[in-house]
Amino acid sequence: MRPKPPDLVIEGSARIGDTPIFGPLRLVMPAGRWTCLLGPSGVGKTTLLRLLAGVDDVTDFTGTITASDGLALPGRMALMAQGDLLMPWLDVLGNVTLGARLRGAPRDKERALAMLERVGLADHAGKTPDALSGGQRQRVALARTLMEDRPIVLLDEPFSALDARTRAQMQDLSAEHLVGRTVLMVTHDPAEAARLGDAIHILSETGLTDFAPPKGAPPRPVDDSETLAAQGRLLALLRATA
Amino acid sequence: MMTRLVTIIASTALALVLWQALVMLADLPPFILPDPVRVFETLWKSRALIAHHATITGAEVLLGLALGAVLGGFSAIGLAASPMARRLIRPMMVFSQSIPVFALAPILTLWLGYGLWSKVAMALLIIYFPVTSAFFDALMRTPQHWLDLGRIMGANRHRLMWHIRVPAALPGFASGLRLAAVYAPIGAIIGEWVGASKGLGYLMLLANGRAKIDLMFAALIVLAVLTLLLHAGVDRACRKWLDGKAARHGPA
Repeated sequence: MRPKPPDLVIEGSARIGDTPIFGPLRLVMPAGRWTCLLGPSGVGKTTLLRLLAGVDDVTDFTGTITASDGLALPGRMALMAQGDLLMPWLDVLGNVTLGARLRGAPRDKERALAMLERVGLADHAGKTPDALSGGQRQRVALARTLMEDRPIVLLDEPFSALDARTRAQMQDLSAEHLVGRTVLMVTHDPAEAARLGDAIHILSETGLTDFAPPKGAPPRPVDDSETLAAQGRLLALLRATA
Repeated sequence: MMTRLVTIIASTALALVLWQALVMLADLPPFILPDPVRVFETLWKSRALIAHHATITGAEVLLGLALGAVLGGFSAIGLAASPMARRLIRPMMVFSQSIPVFALAPILTLWLGYGLWSKVAMALLIIYFPVTSAFFDALMRTPQHWLDLGRIMGANRHRLMWHIRVPAALPGFASGLRLAAVYAPIGAIIGEWVGASKGLGYLMLLANGRAKIDLMFAALIVLAVLTLLLHAGVDRACRKWLDGKAARHGPA
């Protein structure tokens, strides 16, 4: 089975040249839990996520990024980013097995089909992405993420382009399938954070603010009164920090 | 589609009428500008001769185009893959563009002889830069999110190039090839003017020298039609194999 996911800790500050990007700050992402990082655009949420992912080559980061099991991070993460990032020249199955293709590893078609089955797209394996709806494309992206089967999953506003109904569906589906992994979700949507966060933090120019998540295990119902109240408080906080 | 065909026929007819009117109104003698009827008569009478020369020019153009596409394609990938190559070779490429290709034609004829290959080389030279730079620019503009995703998935530079950057840049390659389809015949014709014993360019020069202006125009028309057909063919091939869906759907 999958190795136990670690806690993930990022501690430090980031700048590009003379422009500070964020903080000194310390963010702990507890093992196997869903951490939401909320904040207005331009406070460095995505930079933080890209630093964690090890793909940011331009930002100067001073500090440490560590996993509680002491193992190195590369090769243990998967990414779902803004938009679905499907390759339009590959069919759905090709997109789900993209990771194997990129590593020069054999492609496990059967497992890929099983993943598509899990997200309800078993009949669409041979289609190209442009034949799918936005919600279907995002489900392919989820299947691709599940195919990678990493203990740590980074989500960068993955559902921001979807309509409200499809977004709620994708949140449910993702919460269900990513359970037990260490998840960091960057979002600017208080509703999303209130629904999904085991831990919620607000990133602003002044630093990191912790926010007590509503009771109940994610994904919380969209009409749960406590979740809605939390969403309201989050929005108020966001507006106050901006 | 139908209306497009009608438009083409109508505008061709209009051009022919204007041509005829010009000849009649200005009372031009046939050795200055023959009327269209005369030119098409010559085209029909000399069809075997023109076809023979057109085949030669066509071969030069197609070879030049194929070699230019391959060389330009690999050059663009090489430049995109290696910052060192970019620093060393790009200034050279840009400098080479300040030399008129026309000026090189006599040298190429000297080096490669009067036959086919000096014209192929001209066609290749004239299309190499547009193909390379269109493809290279597209290769350097791979959406960052795709690259991030690929790196997180554990792709090395080599696989990122072949599985993400190249396929994502194929529409750029295609626009270079479309330009090349129009430029390549120019290269071949220049080559033939400078020194050849075959080809439409040679035929035009010969006909001009012997005051067979109707034959000159007939050859010119054939050349223009061949160029249009080549462009249409390349365009179709590009749509089918290169544009893919990348042009319609970037990453959101």
